[in-house]
Amino acid sequence: MINYIWAAMLIIGFIAGAASGNLEAVTKAAIDNAASAVELSLGLIGVMSLWLGLMKIAEESGIVEKLAKALRPVTVRLFPDVPAEHPAMGAMIMNLAANVLGLGDAATPLGLKAMQELQKLNRIKDTATDAMCMFLAINTSSVTLISATTVAVLAAAGSANPTEIIGPTIIATTVSTTVGIIAAKLLSKLPRFRVKVDSPEQQEA
Amino acid sequence: MFVKIVNALSVWAIPLMIVGFVGYGLVKKVKVYECFTEGAKEGFNTAVRIIPFLVAILCAIGVFRASGAMAMLTKVLSPITNLVGMPGEVLPMALMRPLSGSGARGVMTELVATHGPQSLIGRMAAIMNGSTDTTFYVLAVYFGSVQIRKTRHALPAGLLADLAGLLAAAWVTRLFFG
Repeated sequence: MINYIWAAMLIIGFIAGAASGNLEAVTKAAIDNAASAVELSLGLIGVMSLWLGLMKIAEESGIVEKLAKALRPVTVRLFPDVPAEHPAMGAMIMNLAANVLGLGDAATPLGLKAMQELQKLNRIKDTATDAMCMFLAINTSSVTLISATTVAVLAAAGSANPTEIIGPTIIATTVSTTVGIIAAKLLSKLPRFRVKVDSPEQQEA
Repeated sequence: MFVKIVNALSVWAIPLMIVGFVGYGLVKKVKVYECFTEGAKEGFNTAVRIIPFLVAILCAIGVFRASGAMAMLTKVLSPITNLVGMPGEVLPMALMRPLSGSGARGVMTELVATHGPQSLIGRMAAIMNGSTDTTFYVLAVYFGSVQIRKTRHALPAGLLADLAGLLAAAWVTRLFFG
């Protein structure tokens, strides 16, 4: 699916750009964004190192394991394939906690750590597991309680009550996360998305 | 009250986590400094590993945004979204949300400035901004960091969640402020 969407965005983009006469701007956007993708990635090194360092301490001292144990009733239902005391659980919980509080800087490194731990449990290394898809469905549906930038934008624009959107936003994001969880559970059972154990060589050939 | 508690938590969370982790580590006789640097080493590799994935996704998003395809899509889709109570002006916000966080923030800021922060359109854009997250970016970075290419149902699940969040945002805005 990602192959088609990615290709469609590029092809439609260039055709639409040619049709509307701003082909040069489209080309420039492609090149500029390629450059900024690298800057963005390299800019992550510092925060990433900080959080991965702290996570290592948390792991060695046993905090992550304790956290995973405490939330076990919820996590074993969401991620039945991940052992309840596995470091992946701890990392996922910390990532989700950071997201709930709106701590984006901390959330990404913790999330990537969680992915690395989940990858250790993965038998087919180039294919996503059910747990990864579930984790990302929760992640991409946003579980942030207070969208600080949104409130800031409203306040800057002179809203008399910029925090009025917080309640409605929580309702909307609860809907999106719930649908994300249900979709990840149901879609994982479709034949289309089932893991094909013997496929790598065949698809390569 | 709720806002104050969550805001206070956000301010205190990182300091408490850092002090708590390091302090607890000391109590448990962990060699905290060595342990930290051992973990931090991975930061560089992780950041470098996601580069190709991020380049691919950000290029496609950049091309799509700059081309004016978004405006065309808005025109085609607005009769449909009007039916579910989403004004045509907000549609670019809904289309941008799964693609790009900074793009969505830009559209929201513009809608809020043009229509006012307490207009229906301004509020709907703001609520949409928090209703879901940038599916494409998150998938690219997270899967990229572990070199996963076959993403199975992650994208459809993420996009369904986006769709639900955006529709819920339109509905809840009308409910509260309509």
